[in-house]
Amino acid sequence: MGEVKLLGSWGSPFSRRVEMALKHKGVEYEFIDEDLANKSPLLLQYNPVHKKVPVLLHNGKPIAESVVILEYIDETWKTNPIFPKHPYEKAMARFWAKFIDEKCNPAIWQIIWSRDKERDKAIEEAIVHLKTLENELKDKKFFGGETIGVVDIVANLIGFWLGVMQEATGIELVTKERFPILSNWIDEYVSCSVIKENLPPREKLLEAFKSRLNAPAWKY
Amino acid sequence: MANAEVVLLDFWPSPFGMRVRIALAEKGIKYEYKEEDLQNKSALLLQMNPVHKKIPVLIHNGKPVAESLIAVQYIDEAWKDKAPLLPSDPYLRAQAKFWADFVDKKIYALGRKIWATKGEEQEAAKKEFIESLKLMEGKLGEKPYFGGESFGYVDVVLVPFYSWFYAYEVFGNFSIEAECPKLIQWAKRCSEKESVLKSLPDHKKVHGFVLELKKRLGIE
Repeated sequence: MGEVKLLGSWGSPFSRRVEMALKHKGVEYEFIDEDLANKSPLLLQYNPVHKKVPVLLHNGKPIAESVVILEYIDETWKTNPIFPKHPYEKAMARFWAKFIDEKCNPAIWQIIWSRDKERDKAIEEAIVHLKTLENELKDKKFFGGETIGVVDIVANLIGFWLGVMQEATGIELVTKERFPILSNWIDEYVSCSVIKENLPPREKLLEAFKSRLNAPAWKY
Repeated sequence: MANAEVVLLDFWPSPFGMRVRIALAEKGIKYEYKEEDLQNKSALLLQMNPVHKKIPVLIHNGKPVAESLIAVQYIDEAWKDKAPLLPSDPYLRAQAKFWADFVDKKIYALGRKIWATKGEEQEAAKKEFIESLKLMEGKLGEKPYFGGESFGYVDVVLVPFYSWFYAYEVFGNFSIEAECPKLIQWAKRCSEKESVLKSLPDHKKVHGFVLELKKRLGIE
């Protein structure tokens, strides 16, 4: 099906989303690890608009923006679909993926980068958004149903990075008491083989968070 | 309920609402348009979009789809036998989705800064706004539409902002046509289409709306 390369970064949840999807579908690819503090000419050439990872290269043609890439992957490699087939369910999957990216994740990052009152506010906001997300999960094993789907892939920050961030900052956002259903999902998520084989090394990520907590903003 | 199969909850000056109107018109879909008073949101809106409480919301057989890009894609997929908005090739689809995402990340937010701010902040917004439009102009090239020979997804996503250009120009004291003549040519070409003609409000009306909005928000 042609040559596949991925410009990504070991610690980036956006980059890992693409790897999860490719691995889930058994697609072979070459991973090019970008140093985000020192972006390669290749990255600047293939994503001149945003200059960010991930960028998928399929037969030399670039696609940027993680969710756009996920849709492309699902349309190109039909094994183990990650999007629902029916237009309405597909629309709902897109809605929740967007909700995670526009509401949940920014609130979580805001907690990490802010202090004192601002941090308290960010925690409150994150709780509201995560509760909304948890309600969507209801009694399903994954957002995708019995198996992982695109919303589970997009929720990777919540599924894994958040636990590391909580340890690095000492903040407890998602606990079993406050979020029983979401906590269950997190447990299922990180035990799921296609997910756990595509997560960054925990210790390395923890170190990276700890060292950046007092440093200037994380650059993607 | 008069059992309208398709209902659109909308607000006349919203460029996001316009996108959905255009898509429905392109597909020749009959629907019931419901104007929302955003200062006094209807019970239906709060029920159909409890997460964001925003318009537009497309309701198809009682099932709601919120978020304009998601609604437009849903319309394209649910009524796929007429006037396709997205191309069938996965790579071209990905490009279209990338540029739609770019419009969403840049145009609305920058446009808002142009009418809502002054001084340095406004100047910076104007500069970035023009740069973004120029980028899109470059993407359009010599094609009649972003969709190529026919009007497509990116055209639907961007053209509503044309009804706001006059307001941006007045409040920002600049000429968009002087900077991006090809884009204005494209916009005029789109405006000749019936779907666009009946979906976009008069630009002087939009300007009047922004004037009222500024008063209400207490912005000079």
